[in-house]
Amino acid sequence: MSVDADIVRRIGHLARIKLKEENLQGLAGELNTILGFVEQLDEVDVSGVEPMTSVIPSTLRVRKDEVTDGGYSDKITSNAPISEDGFFMVPKVVE
Amino acid sequence: MSDLIKLSLKATRDGLKNKDFSAVEITDSYLSEIEKSNSKLNAYISVEAEQARVMAKASDVKLAKGQGGALEGVPLGIKDLFSTKGTHTQAGSHILDGFKPEYESSITTNLWNDGAVMLGKLNMDEFAMGSSNETSYYGAVVNPWRAKGSNKDLVPGGSSGGSAAAVSAWLCAGATATDTGGSIRQPAAFTGTVGIKPTYGRCSRWGVVAFASSLDQAGPITRTVEDSALMLNSMAGFDKKDSTSVDISVPDFATAVERGVKGLTIGIPKEYRMEGMPQEIETLWQQGMAWLKDEGAIIKDISLPNTKYALPAYYIVAPAEASSNLARYDGVKYGLRVAGGSIDEMYENTRAKGFGAEVQRRVLIGTYVLSAGYYDAYYVKAQKVRTLIKRDFEQVFADGIDAILTPATPSAAFGVNDQEMKEDPVKMYLNDIFTVTVNMAGLPAIAVPAGKDGSGLPLALQIIGKPFDEETLFAAGRVIERSANIDFTPKKWW
Repeated sequence: MSVDADIVRRIGHLARIKLKEENLQGLAGELNTILGFVEQLDEVDVSGVEPMTSVIPSTLRVRKDEVTDGGYSDKITSNAPISEDGFFMVPKVVE
Repeated sequence: MSDLIKLSLKATRDGLKNKDFSAVEITDSYLSEIEKSNSKLNAYISVEAEQARVMAKASDVKLAKGQGGALEGVPLGIKDLFSTKGTHTQAGSHILDGFKPEYESSITTNLWNDGAVMLGKLNMDEFAMGSSNETSYYGAVVNPWRAKGSNKDLVPGGSSGGSAAAVSAWLCAGATATDTGGSIRQPAAFTGTVGIKPTYGRCSRWGVVAFASSLDQAGPITRTVEDSALMLNSMAGFDKKDSTSVDISVPDFATAVERGVKGLTIGIPKEYRMEGMPQEIETLWQQGMAWLKDEGAIIKDISLPNTKYALPAYYIVAPAEASSNLARYDGVKYGLRVAGGSIDEMYENTRAKGFGAEVQRRVLIGTYVLSAGYYDAYYVKAQKVRTLIKRDFEQVFADGIDAILTPATPSAAFGVNDQEMKEDPVKMYLNDIFTVTVNMAGLPAIAVPAGKDGSGLPLALQIIGKPFDEETLFAAGRVIERSANIDFTPKKWW
């Protein structure tokens, strides 16, 4: 499997990173080098092997479903580039 | 230079307790050394002098009354990946411009509760993605070590390059670091310092900026094995705020340090004898086996057949998790924002400007391997290979192996701006060939300086342990440190 400039442009969009047209070819080359490297895994027989979900045997802890934290929207928005009245501000999304 | 800063963390702690010097005194010594040296080494990206003095004064009050925690008054550097309330926290990235968290990471909370003093935030590869500290938005860190007769700047390794350089150059008594594929152990190896990556789940990840959540684990970088044990004792512990934190008691690691290796069976995995490995690495490895044997350990050849697949599997798992974790940097909640006509354009512009080239590359790879149609071929396959890698280790431990000895890195520190590594990202990734297996299997491992290469640069050995058996690593690491008996202080040129 290898990627070309068109695929890189599409991945860039999925990743929400604006890529410069003149860099697409170079990036495709770099990504193909990495994908070529990981292709070694094709040699491994993984039939009947379960994919790892956790390195340490554990079950997720559960707790009572109740409010344990919150009530400080000022703190949560204190680092926002633009905020107003405890809300994050974004460009208009609904016409 | 004040001699106080050359003390080990243990000697610092004991000297403070005995009132041989005060916390303010040693904190000021470090701050003045940072002021003199940091422009050359670039280890700190933010120095918190005022806060450090406030913390030191508070420690002196406690120490005067004979009170205080296990690290009372000990000045530490903190990797920029750890959230520290009200102070610079940017993960070495431009995208978190101006971010000052409203909260404190659990690990640094533990350290402050034990009385430690924060000197400032340490440089690192952007979002911990790198093996040379050159991907930092704040520029490369320079290794305090130089090859004999050379003025060439070397890298301190990465991603915890600032932590390793600061510890080696006496800019802090110890430093926090994190390790996703080797980011504690490789920089420790490159700077003649000691670095341990504890078992996954030993240290809380809460408040540590996430790179690859199933692999990330924090640990200390220090000047000695004993210091490593003392600092890990303060960092480790169960935390209900991290769902992968393991509820298991933390032993007193320091008491294990002088325990020795008599009767332990140490495995030597043949797969770590890589093609083209320099002779001096092989020699060092043999020397390490001899040292452990001399102290009563049994050396046994073992096989970990899936070793060579760890790095390729890592370069699927880590970017995949990174692409997901880094989705939160969107110009809305914190940090940098670059305007755009629509919200999508704003996202795209912000992330294009805020992420450096290596981070973009990994997010793109991660997005690709997780995209529709490729998920099974890449991500699921890699997680299956990971099961096999872990099984290899389980097998040898079940067969009676207590710990595994390997080289820590395939070479000593290389030059800043290495042309070959720049042209081929995979060449840079190969730095982690000996360290990455451990992250894939969630095991603990320590890097201990053990020798020098032909040009006088430090080389390290790695010891890998069973889950939650960091104690054996400290014991075996101490044997290597004591047997090597080499002075790992760099010759000051800066």
